[in-house]
Amino acid sequence: MEVLVASGIGLLTAVGVYLVLRRQTFPVIIGTVFLSYAVNLFLFATGRLTINRPPIYASGAAGYADPLPQALVLTAIVISFGMTALVVVLALRGFLETGSDSVEGDPSAVAGEDATVTTDLARP
Amino acid sequence: MTHWIVVPLVLPAVVAPLLILASRHNLAAQRVISIAAAAALLAVAVGLYGLAQDGTVRPYLVGAWPAPYGIVLILDRLSATMVLLFAVLALAIVVYATAGWDLRGRHFHPLFQFQVLGVNGAFLTGDVFNLFVFFEVMLIASYGLMLHGGGARRLKAGFRYVTVNLIGSTLFLFAVGTIYAVTGTLNMADLARKVAAVPAGDTALLGVGAVMLFLVFALKASVAPLHGWLPTAYAAAPGLSAALFMIMTKVGAYTILRVYTLIFGADAGALAGIVTPWMLPAALATLAVGAIGMLAARSLLGLACFAVVWSMGSLLVAFGLFDTGGIGAGLYYVLHSTLAGASLFLLVDMLVPQRGTAEDRLVPAPLAHPALLAGLFFATAVAMAGLPPLSGFLGKLMIMEASRGSTAAVWIWGMILATSLVAILAFARAGSVVFWKPARGAAPAGPAAAPHAASSTADAAVTPAIATPAPHAASSTADAAVTHAIATPAPHAASSTADAAVTPGMATPAPHAVSSTADAPELPAGVAPGEAAAKQGASAPVAPGQGTTGEGMPSQASSSHASYERPARARVPAPPRLQPLPVAVLTILLGATVALTALAGPVRREMGLTAAQTLDTGAYVRAVLGPAATAAAGRP
Repeated sequence: MEVLVASGIGLLTAVGVYLVLRRQTFPVIIGTVFLSYAVNLFLFATGRLTINRPPIYASGAAGYADPLPQALVLTAIVISFGMTALVVVLALRGFLETGSDSVEGDPSAVAGEDATVTTDLARP
Repeated sequence: MTHWIVVPLVLPAVVAPLLILASRHNLAAQRVISIAAAAALLAVAVGLYGLAQDGTVRPYLVGAWPAPYGIVLILDRLSATMVLLFAVLALAIVVYATAGWDLRGRHFHPLFQFQVLGVNGAFLTGDVFNLFVFFEVMLIASYGLMLHGGGARRLKAGFRYVTVNLIGSTLFLFAVGTIYAVTGTLNMADLARKVAAVPAGDTALLGVGAVMLFLVFALKASVAPLHGWLPTAYAAAPGLSAALFMIMTKVGAYTILRVYTLIFGADAGALAGIVTPWMLPAALATLAVGAIGMLAARSLLGLACFAVVWSMGSLLVAFGLFDTGGIGAGLYYVLHSTLAGASLFLLVDMLVPQRGTAEDRLVPAPLAHPALLAGLFFATAVAMAGLPPLSGFLGKLMIMEASRGSTAAVWIWGMILATSLVAILAFARAGSVVFWKPARGAAPAGPAAAPHAASSTADAAVTPAIATPAPHAASSTADAAVTHAIATPAPHAASSTADAAVTPGMATPAPHAVSSTADAPELPAGVAPGEAAAKQGASAPVAPGQGTTGEGMPSQASSSHASYERPARARVPAPPRLQPLPVAVLTILLGATVALTALAGPVRREMGLTAAQTLDTGAYVRAVLGPAATAAAGRP
């Protein structure tokens, strides 16, 4: 089980890192989602892998799962959900306002000019 | 246990929802409440600072849970100093915002209060995971503040800023998880006790966690290889948000100092000083990158951003020494560089609207109120570059003096002195371009003959008119008004909010009026609009005065060779009057650096005491976990 969980986390992280390094905004967002999945699984595993153990007091329980990582994961999930939603909205607004979904944006936009790409439409 | 410690967190946490719920539509009430809250925070911070003066570490056990299990806030000299510094900055920024910035977007004041909550939490927390949570609160508020006012450029820069921080947060969680997996605790005092006792087989894993955590803090502090996000984000952010963000890079530096003196400090066993070998080279590289960036900057905002990177380099050199002298000097420099950096961003924010279409680019341009602004710029540049009369000089002097015993002293002295010279050059160049060069060629009367008015915020108004002295008016916020007119004396008017008005009208005296909310009205073009020039990403509206004079000649040349910049400067509305309130705020911030200079002796001693206490891990652990804790772990 350790090998499976560890390689799963590693695979998710690798995919996430690869996607985050892409140029378009959409793969970058998906990449951050993969990364947050990986980190959530990783946080679960930091309390050691246990099966069928309660995280809170139960009479007659043979042992307990570590409750703290579960609390940490809960916080991390909430934050990463919110952040993903924000970054999706940002990417969408950025696309609608500039017509480009490149992470770099329009070169002139980065250089300090408010860019427009609507000139494409006007080209005969 | 005094309850005042939790006030810097509770106050903004109560005020922010109050602002949203009770006075959402009443800006005057928002301003009053927000300023009152900031003033109250300053009063509390002064009180806490006085409380921490006796040198004891005061834990605040939230919900009275004992320390390693519950959430704990810690007030000591270091956190009290940082909270006080931030309270001063926050009050200045919120007063500055009432001069008009809070009108340009929604919810400035609630976002500001949440930012206060996050930063104060990061300073006061005694727990690594809560540090993560407060980092997130701080960052989420900063996203809102960075995007405040909107605009395409800000959105693009904002996406990158958010993504970089999202990746940083992920790395933070990996680091926290690794540290928890090895030690079984996240309380800083408990970690400080347990790190030395980690079994030999696990030290490598814990070391990985420690280095990952350092990378996260270094990202926040914009240390050299990880500084790339800062110039883009801060240059796109509103001036007062960038000024407020001065404290966020300092939060990164503060957490480096806290974690790597307390948890992985001198008595951490095998992991003692794990980042020390990396810190100085990285800080020196930050100095170099900042200085080169300042010299290469083509705009005032670029200059200000790299000046921040550069000052973070000096700061981290000082902290990187990890001894009393270095940290004390670094803390003095923190006070200085936060105030000076904020002044610089506020100054640029005031300067930009005064320069018309030149905005913040380093080109000569006419300037309203040159004397006052030049004086303020001179004082700010002197403070920022570290020239003698002001506190930047003393701070740098203290850092160099503290580094004298270090083995890398030659490097530190060489880099600080050389990059300071470069910084002075960069500021001198920027100042002379902006304030000294005569505004020659400014306000050219060029297109004034034709009744074309493509005013300042028109993004791209390409108006190739052929043989037509037609009065085209692409007014203020038209994004792209492409009006092809062939042999037509038609008055085309692409008015205010037209996104893309493509109006090829031929041989028709019909007046095309693309009115205010039209998105893209395309009139059928029977005759080919021959040399219709649609200039890609044209930044300057093409002056029709030249395109239209040649009889029957295509106007390609005039639109693709923008041999002039911003032709319609004659019609640019007069720059806004310099308001007294922002000037007063800026003067007070600069006055604070003067006060730092005047009080250099006492402040220096104070910071030295703070540094000594910061390095006293034993007292911290005893205060938080109780006297028995240290004995149990066998630490002194």
